[in-house]
Amino acid sequence: MTNTPKGFSRRGVLKTGLAGILATGVSPLIFSKTSWAQEFCNAPTGDAVTLGFVMPLTGAYADEGADQQRAFMLAVEHLNGEGDGGLIPHFSSKTLKGGILGKKVAYVTGDDQTKPDAGRDTARRMIERDGATMISGCSSSGVAIAEQALCQEMGVIYMAGLTHSNDTTGKDKKRYGFRHFFNAYQSGVALGPILGEAYGKDRVAYHLTADYTWGWTQEESMIKATEALGWKTLPPVRTPVNAGDFSQYLTPVLNSGADVLILNHYGFDGVNSLTQAVQFGMKDKQVNGKKLELVLPLVSDLMAKGAGEAMKGVYGTGNWDWQLTDEASKAFTKSFGAKYGQPPSQIAHTSYVQTLLYADACERAGTFYPPEVIKALEDFDFDGMGNGPTTYRGSDHQCFKEVYAVRGKDNPANAFDLLEVVATASKESVTYDPAIFGGELGPDTPAMC
Amino acid sequence: MSLFAIPRRDLIVLALFSLVVLAMPIWLQPLGAAYPALMQKFVISAVFAIGFNILFGLTGYLSFGHAAFLGVGSYTAVWSFKLLTMDALPAMVFAVIVSGLFALIIGYLCLRRSGIYFSILTLAFAQMCYNLAYSVLTPITNGETSLQLTLSDPRVIDSALAPRGAGLPSAGLFGHAFSGLEGFYFCAVVLIIAFFVAQKIFSSPFGMMLRAIKSNQTRMNYTGFNTRPYALTAFVISGMYAGLAGALFAITDPLAGTERMQWTASGEVVLMTILGGVGTLVGPVIGAWLIEYFENIFSAFNEQILHRVFSWVPEGAQDFVVTIVSKFVGEGWQLTLGLLFMLVVIFMPGGVMEGVRRIVSLFNRPQRRDPGAMRVQPAE
Repeated sequence: MTNTPKGFSRRGVLKTGLAGILATGVSPLIFSKTSWAQEFCNAPTGDAVTLGFVMPLTGAYADEGADQQRAFMLAVEHLNGEGDGGLIPHFSSKTLKGGILGKKVAYVTGDDQTKPDAGRDTARRMIERDGATMISGCSSSGVAIAEQALCQEMGVIYMAGLTHSNDTTGKDKKRYGFRHFFNAYQSGVALGPILGEAYGKDRVAYHLTADYTWGWTQEESMIKATEALGWKTLPPVRTPVNAGDFSQYLTPVLNSGADVLILNHYGFDGVNSLTQAVQFGMKDKQVNGKKLELVLPLVSDLMAKGAGEAMKGVYGTGNWDWQLTDEASKAFTKSFGAKYGQPPSQIAHTSYVQTLLYADACERAGTFYPPEVIKALEDFDFDGMGNGPTTYRGSDHQCFKEVYAVRGKDNPANAFDLLEVVATASKESVTYDPAIFGGELGPDTPAMC
Repeated sequence: MSLFAIPRRDLIVLALFSLVVLAMPIWLQPLGAAYPALMQKFVISAVFAIGFNILFGLTGYLSFGHAAFLGVGSYTAVWSFKLLTMDALPAMVFAVIVSGLFALIIGYLCLRRSGIYFSILTLAFAQMCYNLAYSVLTPITNGETSLQLTLSDPRVIDSALAPRGAGLPSAGLFGHAFSGLEGFYFCAVVLIIAFFVAQKIFSSPFGMMLRAIKSNQTRMNYTGFNTRPYALTAFVISGMYAGLAGALFAITDPLAGTERMQWTASGEVVLMTILGGVGTLVGPVIGAWLIEYFENIFSAFNEQILHRVFSWVPEGAQDFVVTIVSKFVGEGWQLTLGLLFMLVVIFMPGGVMEGVRRIVSLFNRPQRRDPGAMRVQPAE
């Protein structure tokens, strides 16, 4: 370029430019460095502690996210000593008496769009900008695994919401991540015998599977459970999340010779694939001289409501059901129902319980310092949360408790009476060796986010 | 030695631009956006938009598939982290090379057509890449679950140089891991370099050639120029910019998800460029910042915050105002963005930069020029 005006030598420009860059670049660094100088990431300083709730408010699991949000708000209310206290009086640990460690509970909410990238972004915003001391939420295992890894990096405790993949506390487990919800392996254990009893030993299963970590591991666990019964499995078909229309995947099922269709779908995907399968006449079809059956291994009240008639007689599993008859479940249903005019779904229950468990762990540890809170949660035995005696296993941060096999009710008594518990798998029966899924928890060293 | 020399006017723009970018942690403070994650997004999407503008702004070829290159860049960078080293530079180099190769292939095929046919072809290719990443190539991309680092990754170079730490490493430069604002400053320096390169391209004879393609390709062909190599070069360069942006995303947060390649991401960069001002240097950057700001700040507003904002409104009216406004924030942030986009396109087709130009000319009007003097017109 010859049109450089005189007076600006390249060297001069570089020099002044560099000086400018340094001056502007370094000065904010000095200011900000001090603001991060604290004992650990987001140590609460004022008279409040902020919890970050990330939920799928849009996307395939939006219905679940909406119920999750209700539960979190209720949990915060109860933690702050307002309302009827919900599960707090029934919880076996009696440390919760208004706030956490004397601090009022504040919260921020955000949307994860049912996408790992977006969920991680939102969680990061809460940690970096809003100063969240704990992150909870998610309704998809993909999101859970992404957020859990972020929280491990940032040194912030992550209390997973609804995540059912074996990987969350298996291959991808993290020291900072905790899961109260059950997993696909436990679904297989709980559902296998029921399916054998209802549909016999000689069946051919066809799997339609949501194409991500949860679908993959649930498919694996269901194949394992059903092949143990003597069933045969056709090559599984993977479907994208939020597909909307499943007809292109359902048509081949009719000519495949399969007499059981297992839908490894959740949220709107589960509702759509189930109702569309029924519209294809699959519930009335005879294959190999047997009635074609549909199975939805992970099912919630919200899905049953969405699927309506199609859900009747379909088997699945659940982490919890509002119609359980123990005192704690009744108290939670009453408290939730009084505030929102509808019973809580399983995602509401697990999210609410996770929030309380975190608060209680802080109280028992006597600090918000994450390594201590982790110690308080690991191998913690508790009761009175609606699933009977429960253990938070330290070696993989998975909760062990009762798991319920459910069935879509044929004659619902009211609009919310959609699922009935047909069997309860005991805590012992769903306990497994953590080594079968591998993975490493990693260190608990606190980070300076 | 004219490689680094630039005209004085460009130099002033570059200096001001650098100042604005590097001082982000200060001037974004009152706007509630001065946290590392968002500032990194500001800077990275600016790189993406600048690159896109080299193709769209200069040659007029509207690509609807640029997210594919962004995704390719991210995946390459994460694989570089997994296999070789956590250092940012190799990740960026590989990402730029691989996305450049992708752009070469896709560009070679798509540039056989122009106008709407070109746009549809790029969209088709991008959607193909997305679906491949989502299902067929799951062993490489890990599909919907997103590609992540694990403790068992080989990381050949890193483990040869130093013993493995207990936790997952984070990306860094020459053995120093980024923390706090360092990641942001690294991206900011890359953005400034990317901006400088774009300035050079805009003012070069090559840039002039690209503008000529935009204004009348047929005439160019009649005068004996073969325009396709020029357009293809522009396409590859802008693909490389997208790959670079993808790598930066992976550097600041080592996770690559398929949604990064979805058509919505391609559409977003088109919006950024048009909102800011097509064919200008600074415009796409402003557009990128506006959209990211809306996406991250407006979407985080909930009724609680609105009640606080409108606490000065009397009690009864407050609920009413909050109900109305809440439709435009939170999940409805795209509604606000849509309105803004419509207003800009209808009243300022040249984007935000046209608005700036109009304001500047308002102040310049009193200075009357000597009618006899010859004026040099800039090439735009």
